[in-house]
Amino acid sequence: MKPLTEKQLNEIRQIVQTGRVLTSESDRFSYAYDASFGTYLPDVVIQTKDVQELAELVKFANRELIPVYPRGQSTSLSGGPLPVKGGMVIDLSVMNDLLEIDEEDLVAIVSPGVLTADIHKAAEKKGLMYPPDPSSSHVSTIGGNLAENSGGPRGLKYGVTKDYVIGLEVITPQGEIIRTGGRTVKNVTGYDLTKLIVGSEGTLGIITKAILRLIPKPPASETVMAIFDSLVDAGRAISRILTSGILPAKMELLDQASMVAVENYQPSGLPKDAEALILIELDGHPIAVRDEAEQVFRVCREIGAREVRVPQTKEEKEQAWKARKLVSPAIVRVKPTKISEDATVPRSKIPEMCRRLQEIKKKYNIDLVVFGHIGDGNLHPNIIADKSDKEEMRRVEKAVAEIFEAAVELGGTLSGEHGIGVMKAPFMEMELGAAGLEMMKRIKQAWDPNNIMNPGKIFPEPGQKLVLSE
Amino acid sequence: MNEPFTSLREELRYEKTNRCVQCGYCLPACPTFLTMGKETHSPRGRINLVKMAAEGKIQDLSALEEPLDLCLGCRACETVCPTGVEYGVILESARAALARRKKYTVAKKAMRSFLFKKVFPSRKAMNLLGNAMWLYEKSGAQKLARKSGLLKNMPAHLGEFEAVLPQTVSPAERSRLPRFTPAQGEKKYTVAFFVGCVMDAMFHKINQLSIQLLAQVGCDVIVVENQTCCGALHAHAGEVEDSKQLAKRNIEAFERHDVDFIVNNAGGCGAMLIEYDHLLADEPQWAERARQFAQKTRDISQVLVLCGGVQGKAGRAERVTYQRSCHMTNVQKVTREPLQLIQSLPNVELVEMEEANMCCGSAGIYNLVQYDASMEILDHKMKHVKDTEATTVITTNPGCLLQMKLGIEREKLGDRMRAVHLVEYLAERAGIAEPQPQPVASQS
Repeated sequence: MKPLTEKQLNEIRQIVQTGRVLTSESDRFSYAYDASFGTYLPDVVIQTKDVQELAELVKFANRELIPVYPRGQSTSLSGGPLPVKGGMVIDLSVMNDLLEIDEEDLVAIVSPGVLTADIHKAAEKKGLMYPPDPSSSHVSTIGGNLAENSGGPRGLKYGVTKDYVIGLEVITPQGEIIRTGGRTVKNVTGYDLTKLIVGSEGTLGIITKAILRLIPKPPASETVMAIFDSLVDAGRAISRILTSGILPAKMELLDQASMVAVENYQPSGLPKDAEALILIELDGHPIAVRDEAEQVFRVCREIGAREVRVPQTKEEKEQAWKARKLVSPAIVRVKPTKISEDATVPRSKIPEMCRRLQEIKKKYNIDLVVFGHIGDGNLHPNIIADKSDKEEMRRVEKAVAEIFEAAVELGGTLSGEHGIGVMKAPFMEMELGAAGLEMMKRIKQAWDPNNIMNPGKIFPEPGQKLVLSE
Repeated sequence: MNEPFTSLREELRYEKTNRCVQCGYCLPACPTFLTMGKETHSPRGRINLVKMAAEGKIQDLSALEEPLDLCLGCRACETVCPTGVEYGVILESARAALARRKKYTVAKKAMRSFLFKKVFPSRKAMNLLGNAMWLYEKSGAQKLARKSGLLKNMPAHLGEFEAVLPQTVSPAERSRLPRFTPAQGEKKYTVAFFVGCVMDAMFHKINQLSIQLLAQVGCDVIVVENQTCCGALHAHAGEVEDSKQLAKRNIEAFERHDVDFIVNNAGGCGAMLIEYDHLLADEPQWAERARQFAQKTRDISQVLVLCGGVQGKAGRAERVTYQRSCHMTNVQKVTREPLQLIQSLPNVELVEMEEANMCCGSAGIYNLVQYDASMEILDHKMKHVKDTEATTVITTNPGCLLQMKLGIEREKLGDRMRAVHLVEYLAERAGIAEPQPQPVASQS
């Protein structure tokens, strides 16, 4: 792309009357990254709360063929907001004024810059719950969550972001403002554009408002923690729990490498010689969750867990979940670069996926730990490396490709919740097939004929390969 | 740039910037990101800029200047960072690298040199400053200046700060800080008291009360001779060599006495003292001595709790709130003790404010040099302070204390709210100090 001309920048300044137009070197570099890989310098960064101004900007960009990159707070792990072709970054985190809870309609109406955790808090104040809870919810914006269709540990019982969106306001790539869906749970009028936009990673438009479904907040929760000498037994325990009529809110797994990393970082009493730790949270009516916790306890015992704990106090519960929280910081102490994948497989294939991951780890001699939302098959194989070691990074590239292949072969998917972005684009055809990918391209073409909206994402460029060794 | 590329990389501590995985968890903890609303003024943004400069992607280092200048250095980002990025080290190294290359105007250079080399490190100069303030206050010049409106026209908003400066003590009284104060009752510890430069000149009274409190709970208190400024303001401004010199002078001075603890009452100074081991890690003759010094360093609240706390008398019922010192929280990691001390006082109700861990915007001399940014942060803080409906705001650092006083002035809450140092409050509640005049509204 050609850099923007001074004339174009002036026109942008004309359009953005109420916000900021940032062009200094320090500002542009500050919007050149996300939580994944690479630095891509935008020509200009725009902040405005005014939807009309944004629509005008998009019209202008569409006319002048300037790439537009919508962005929340850039916690993306797949490159979603990266301005890979320069152009303009639109910082929607400033659009954070609207957060309205309607108790009667059981909905939240929000602007895209509102932090997900603030929606949680506002809903809880009224005894309600917005279930999707990505681990970064205290930093991530709801706009980013919508664009990427974020998940989180509660996916098993409550589903993901798209399951809670019933209406949107969107600026199309031609600069029109459209509304999809509405405030009703039931709505079958025409194509479901709401679901199409959610998870489209900012390639079909800019979300400027959303109507989210809320549910009553479960009054009680219980935690069960179980340690297994064998990973296979842990997998069996999970299957047994889920087939015995219990649907936990969360089921998290830590493998041996994660436990060793946590113990070396901050000793928390985890056994370094055990193969798996599972953490289960049950929520619902207090009497029901008590009973379910006891059942889960019994199942884990019967299958042969080395140790099962049901923490009683709030502090003990927090302590149990702390081990899970410590995994991420613990593993980066080993080496600085973390490649966090989210390949997801059908639940029944989890033991097989774990086995394959161990093979890949040995084959490429890489530091690989596995943890994540085992209840919904969304594992997080994390590779720990040092990006200054080019030779190691090339091994990592091969290992990542093989992880994707394994997931797809087992009937799973490239991405459970992080999105495709830049990094996974080269693998799209492997999962979707040529015709499937082509259908998606045609949708993109119909929405955005000039390809100005978040170009360079989802769809691979000819010959594009995964590159981690910059 | 005409120097070898690798040296700039090392200077900027490139290896430490690489620890940042850019997850963004620091964003909600950063006061400047919150008030200025752009990534450029966030920890993640600043680390990235340093990284880009080290990688040669940013050639002109002046692009880093404003983002680094506007950082408060509160280090709240370090506390929330899931991967343990040493932001403080990156910030100070980058500032030092900039300071080395910066061509200050002659006047600014002279001012920096005067402040950092002559004023802060010199007891004499700080004494002089303290004396001048006392004279100013007592002579009626203050009244005159306030009345004449002269202060409003002073540069750098000094006028506003003048209004909140503490009551000073006379030069005669200040020279009487006792060399040795014996423990009352059974002696539990021997401690050396770190007087600090700003604390000594402007908050001498708090130093006096600190010594009395320490003695009351069972400490022999020594005021070590030849101690000097901790060097924090120098380090924050990129004058690392100066702070190393000051650290060495302090280590030498305190080594002469065999004490259990080196006690300070200023969150910012304490944070500097406790990091002497990092500061001097590369100097073999000093590293071990610095480590011992750092190990003995304690905030006064820690020692008071260790000795069993302060016995408060049943005084007036009051609601208070506690504004944390960032450096005490994020660097010294002292968080429980001040709360414990306050909560143990009879008739005192502690109400925590929202975003209690957020900086007040004082940050050393930040409120002087970055006045507008600082006031925006302060105004944000004051909203939460007001919501607590407390009548006293308790602080543990001189900068925070002044800033909270300023915040109370700005919000025109002077008739129902005051700011004090924890030591003053404890002393008052223990019956050691005369209670400061209460705000009018709360007396009724």
